[in-house]
Amino acid sequence: MSATFSFTVNGRPVTVADEGGDKLIHVLRGALGLTGVHFGCGAEACGACLVLLDGEPVQSCTLPLERAAGRSVTTPEGIGTQNVPHPLQEAFIAEQAGQCGYCLSGILIAAKALLERNTDPTREEIALALEKNLCRCGAHNRIVRAVQRAARALRGESP
Amino acid sequence: MSGAVLPKNLAENPRLDRWIGFEPGGRVRLGTGKVELGQGVLTALVQIAAEELRVRPERVRVVSGETGVTPEEGFTAGSQSIEASGAAIRAAAAEVRAIFVEQAALRLNCARDALSVEDGRFLQDGAATALDYWALAPGVDLKREACGGVKLTAPERFRVIGRSLPRLDLPAKVFGSGFIHDLRPEGLVHARVLRRPRRGAHLEALDEAAIGRAAGGVVEVVRLGDFAAVLAPQEGTAERALEAAQRHARWSGGEVWREGQSEPTHLLSLEAKEEVREFPRRADVGGQAVRRFRARYTRSYLAHGSIAPSVGLAHWDGRELEVLTHSQGVGMLRGALAKVLGLDPAAISVKHRQGAGCYGHNGADDAAADAALLAHACPGRWVRVQWTRADELTAAPVGSAMVVDLEAGLDTRGRPIEWRMDVYSGTHGQRPGHNGAVNLLAAEALPEPAPAPAPVADVPEAAGFGGLRNAMALYDLPTQRVTHHLVLRPPLRTSSMRGLGAHGNVFALESFMDELAAAAGEDPLVWRLSMLSEPRGRRVLERVAEMADWARRPAGGSGEGWGIAFSRYKNRAAYTAVVANVLVDESVHLRQVWCAVDAGLVINPDGAANQIEGGVIQAASWTLKEEVRIGAEGVIGVDWERYPILRFPEVPEVAVAFVGEAGDPPLGIGEAALGPTAAAIGNAVAHALGARVRGMPLTREKIMAALIR
Repeated sequence: MSATFSFTVNGRPVTVADEGGDKLIHVLRGALGLTGVHFGCGAEACGACLVLLDGEPVQSCTLPLERAAGRSVTTPEGIGTQNVPHPLQEAFIAEQAGQCGYCLSGILIAAKALLERNTDPTREEIALALEKNLCRCGAHNRIVRAVQRAARALRGESP
Repeated sequence: MSGAVLPKNLAENPRLDRWIGFEPGGRVRLGTGKVELGQGVLTALVQIAAEELRVRPERVRVVSGETGVTPEEGFTAGSQSIEASGAAIRAAAAEVRAIFVEQAALRLNCARDALSVEDGRFLQDGAATALDYWALAPGVDLKREACGGVKLTAPERFRVIGRSLPRLDLPAKVFGSGFIHDLRPEGLVHARVLRRPRRGAHLEALDEAAIGRAAGGVVEVVRLGDFAAVLAPQEGTAERALEAAQRHARWSGGEVWREGQSEPTHLLSLEAKEEVREFPRRADVGGQAVRRFRARYTRSYLAHGSIAPSVGLAHWDGRELEVLTHSQGVGMLRGALAKVLGLDPAAISVKHRQGAGCYGHNGADDAAADAALLAHACPGRWVRVQWTRADELTAAPVGSAMVVDLEAGLDTRGRPIEWRMDVYSGTHGQRPGHNGAVNLLAAEALPEPAPAPAPVADVPEAAGFGGLRNAMALYDLPTQRVTHHLVLRPPLRTSSMRGLGAHGNVFALESFMDELAAAAGEDPLVWRLSMLSEPRGRRVLERVAEMADWARRPAGGSGEGWGIAFSRYKNRAAYTAVVANVLVDESVHLRQVWCAVDAGLVINPDGAANQIEGGVIQAASWTLKEEVRIGAEGVIGVDWERYPILRFPEVPEVAVAFVGEAGDPPLGIGEAALGPTAAAIGNAVAHALGARVRGMPLTREKIMAALIR
């Protein structure tokens, strides 16, 4: 028996079926094909799977599908595209802020949420906002610089 | 034939068309056996090809790591890609350019010297002609063997090499794509593998009905001996089926886990193969030792801990097997899969697709083998296997624990005139194909398991050693007598992890050097320089001391620590010196790290700096936090709570400078920072405390114990 749930993803209304205990990540990556959401640990410990739920970062790997019902979900695909990039994405490329890049999906989501409540974060504030996000390659300092660069761009300052 | 000596990888893959091709639309195809592991290697290899072909790098499309298609270049490992594949690509591209120049000269009826190449177009005495690579390509057969001997572009003429070209693969990843994890071939079925709780355990019973009920969807169970997996069209269903299978499986037998097995010193109690090596004396020292100094250093077993779980995809149509993998060595994986499945290697194609950061022999090959076995059992369907986080941290190979004993006989000034070292370690080389074995996890569980490697061996000297990697110090020392104790059956499956034995050995050697300096009452930098004739080694030490303003180092025991360390990776790749600054209370706060590197010619400075920065931060994580621990139920660290790694607020600032000459050949940098960073941190902590912690990780417990001593 499968129940259905409706919510919006990246501004688009969707209705999806729960196959029997699905987490949000399963339908995002599966039925909806939004593979920019990355699976990392399945235990809310690495941040790879972050999405915005009504603007707040949540780990989609453990979130029961029903919790998204009636709400607004933003995935990494919803931040920006190659044609219309978000200043964060431009800044990450400008700073070469990544090595393998797998963790960046979740980090971009966390950074977007941070910049919406703090337009001029310090290195320490960024590190704290990304505390739940693991990066194994050691691109941390570049990532912090990229978030600061994006903050400057969003404030209308030059990079 | 000029009879010139070809770079090794070109000599082994001499057909030029395997390396370079010209495609419609003004594109260049570059083939390489090396693969992108997150280290940015493909961008650097494109730069090398573009430089010698004299085309813009944007024209170059890379085909990487595909059996039967790209050159066979072994594993992407050992900081070898730029040195080995780069040298081959540079020579091949230069020769292809020369062949085309000759063809153009014939067509234009001019001297070759009158021609130059500008973004793929041929200019005659500087003026445009109608010819370019693509116009000439139909008349030039590159299905020929390289002869070598073509003059390479001189460093002062470089236009692409030495520039920080942005990573070619990063844009896709910033927009959430580009990974093997995202591939969804038509008709895909998701699989999860039930791993054995103990090596050699037998699957007595598996309640398949209970699994189907718990999963709430269509589930198939495949069993091959003690290898079992669940398959479902939906990923969520497969995940729930695995959780149910773990609850409903009954296992018997197998190797028993015991607490304490993961202590590095447990290695001392195990059977080992011993080999003594004498590294030749590097200084004319001798006489009667008046004092002896000895110390024991250890490192724990380390997990790779990639942020993504391993994935493999495979499809079997009854004749041919296609495998998609993030393995470091598609050719070796193909050979091993052929043995496991009883297939002709020619019936198998293995293609590299990018995964998350790879730091050595992780679960990639095993996941590919899982997928291949399941696809073979389910003909006509694409099978996608994804590991769990717990599998990633506990079932993948690990970096071996190590014990390093050092002993020096000292003269009246405290200088070493005798030198002994004992290294105890599991093997650092157990990849598919190593030691004649398949070395694939699933193969051990099949009804007719693949034979265990016999005898177990380590990475040979030609590849830079495993347990003995960087065991020889580069200082002006007497004969260094090193005994390698290769532990044959450690409790965990050990294999290659970034730096191999260098992390443990450099930590030991450079800690020991500091202890000798302290005993002699000398500054650690001055002490090292007084015993180092190698000019390139001296230069990185002097430069890093400048960068960090070493002279401001306070007296020891203040709680603030400054440590320095040096090594040349594998004693033949990049030279690296590191200074670390720490504050220590109950635990270590690593504040800042400086790094000076001589890597000779650097192809892409920003990409190389990224590798060094990442190496520093990863080494900090290993050195301060990481250990794979074993309890009565097996490996304890099944998740990031129980196997913590460095998080953003704990990450130091890192400054990197390259100090080499562009005229010197490129030296591998991917693993160069790990050993000296570990030792610089260890030395900084000892300086801060006035007491030394000789075992990694440098945890709060060990710091408290050192302070009480």
